[in-house]
Amino acid sequence: MSLKLGVPSKGRLMEKTFEWFAARGVTLSRAGSAREYAGKVEGIEGVELVLLSAGEIPRELAAGRIHLGVTGTDLIREKLGQWEQRVEALAELGFGHADLIIAVPQAWVDVDTLDDLDAVAAAFRAEHGFRLRIATKYHRLVREYLRECGVADYQLVDSQGATEGTVKNETAEAVADITSTGDTLRANHLKILSDGLILRSSATLYRARNVEMSPQARSDMTRLLAQLDL
Amino acid sequence: MPEGLAKRAEAARVRAMFEAAGALPVETSVLQPAELLLDLYGEDIRARAYVTSDALRGEQMLRPDFTVPVVQMHMQHGAEPARYTYSGEVFRRQEDDASRANEYLQVGYEIFERDAPHEADAEVFALMSSVLRGLPLRAATGDIGILMAAVEGLRTTARRKAALRRHIWRPKRFRALIDRFSGRSEVPASRLALLAAADPFAQAAPEIGLRGRREIEARIAALREDAAEGPLGAGEVALMEAILAVQETLPNALEQLSDIAVDMPAIAKAVEGLRRRTGALAARGVDVAQLAFEGSYGRASMEYYDGFVFGFYAEARADLPPVASGGRYDALTRQLGQGTEIPAVGGVVRPGLMLGLKEGSL
Repeated sequence: MSLKLGVPSKGRLMEKTFEWFAARGVTLSRAGSAREYAGKVEGIEGVELVLLSAGEIPRELAAGRIHLGVTGTDLIREKLGQWEQRVEALAELGFGHADLIIAVPQAWVDVDTLDDLDAVAAAFRAEHGFRLRIATKYHRLVREYLRECGVADYQLVDSQGATEGTVKNETAEAVADITSTGDTLRANHLKILSDGLILRSSATLYRARNVEMSPQARSDMTRLLAQLDL
Repeated sequence: MPEGLAKRAEAARVRAMFEAAGALPVETSVLQPAELLLDLYGEDIRARAYVTSDALRGEQMLRPDFTVPVVQMHMQHGAEPARYTYSGEVFRRQEDDASRANEYLQVGYEIFERDAPHEADAEVFALMSSVLRGLPLRAATGDIGILMAAVEGLRTTARRKAALRRHIWRPKRFRALIDRFSGRSEVPASRLALLAAADPFAQAAPEIGLRGRREIEARIAALREDAAEGPLGAGEVALMEAILAVQETLPNALEQLSDIAVDMPAIAKAVEGLRRRTGALAARGVDVAQLAFEGSYGRASMEYYDGFVFGFYAEARADLPPVASGGRYDALTRQLGQGTEIPAVGGVVRPGLMLGLKEGSL
């Protein structure tokens, strides 16, 4: 199998990734029409471009179906248990910066820390008969963080989009989501807890560990990394 | 014999020993309703148990332990007193350590009995010891009841006691609360500002969500009350820390705890319970002079235990999970009993680990 590089298949992440590689003499592009998810690599031999959803890249790296992949730190850590043993971070690419944070309504003037959130969760459960709901798509990361910090009496509810709206819609009391500027949070009357930063994420180039490689693919990898100054 | 069958045979052998000790064999379903386990353990259980679902019954969990379904079964239609045994697979997610089994056999023994709890504690521990005899194991014991009694006995508000009680099983948060209530940690600036504000809602944003103004006001009132309350006495905090620091053979631990009880009479009854349990263990042939006792044992991983706790560990193999573990869980029967309760104690062994230690194949 030739050396496979996985790159997000659409949007700003794809364009920025293309620019990052182009600046290092490797031209990535979509083959054919904009709707076709096949890629083309120029400037270096033996590298195959695989266009994928950013969310699928961690899984493909772990399975060894791609050798290199560009995706967010958040997605790697959320989707791969023991991620350090399965992938190696080669370079932060300098874009796609976002923080995974916990936010609550601005109207909660009595809540600023996780300590407050924990106390409120206990009172909320006693008052409403169910555990305080935190809407997120980052279940593992949020749960680990809250366990580490000793927060109890909450529940995670799945939200795959428009997470900031869940509080107003009364399907959650708090949210744990990715934010870069905080504008969407503010527009939805939410505020970030002062110790509510779970993870700083950015677009990163990862290499799969423990993947079988032919001698040819191995030397292609060496040449590519040399060209990328890695 | 293939490994799986050998483990099954070992489990059957242990279960026969439990039956010979007077236990009634019982079965439980592999699929357990998720809601009940989530209510008991909170969201953390999702990190430990496999969750599945269907469109009719909703979320189900692959049995992470037998205790909860056995307690439920007993609370619905059990005779008293009762002794039960069971054996079968339990399932635990192991996302941080691939070498740990995510599916393994457990054989358990549980006692539901109102009288002489120290006798029942000793019976379970002695039975586990006899089943494990000859294996290179060390035992550790503890008593969460002593810590709970210490919290109840603190000279402070009911609200602070409730907060501490709620976090007995989360040592880090428990410590943070002790530090805050005793004035050792700084009050966050945001809290000081809130308490000082003439009208905390002066610049409040629009109300959104289910948690309403009344609940926020109630919490601010509670925070104000708490701020007016004096700190926990340094003496009391030192005694609490002394209890948590006990790490001795059982007779020495008993002596230390008796000394602490002189200054903290609230734990005297619980310490007396430990004394009677120690006597009951000795009467059953347990070498209590060599048995380890730790004041903070069992707080991190076994959330429903609220009294005697124990575990048996492979010597020289700190990487292995306990080969046997158990404890008292009176409060769990109260939570599952819908108005009724019964003192209960039990333990489980892992026949797969027993076999591996016997054959030196681990």
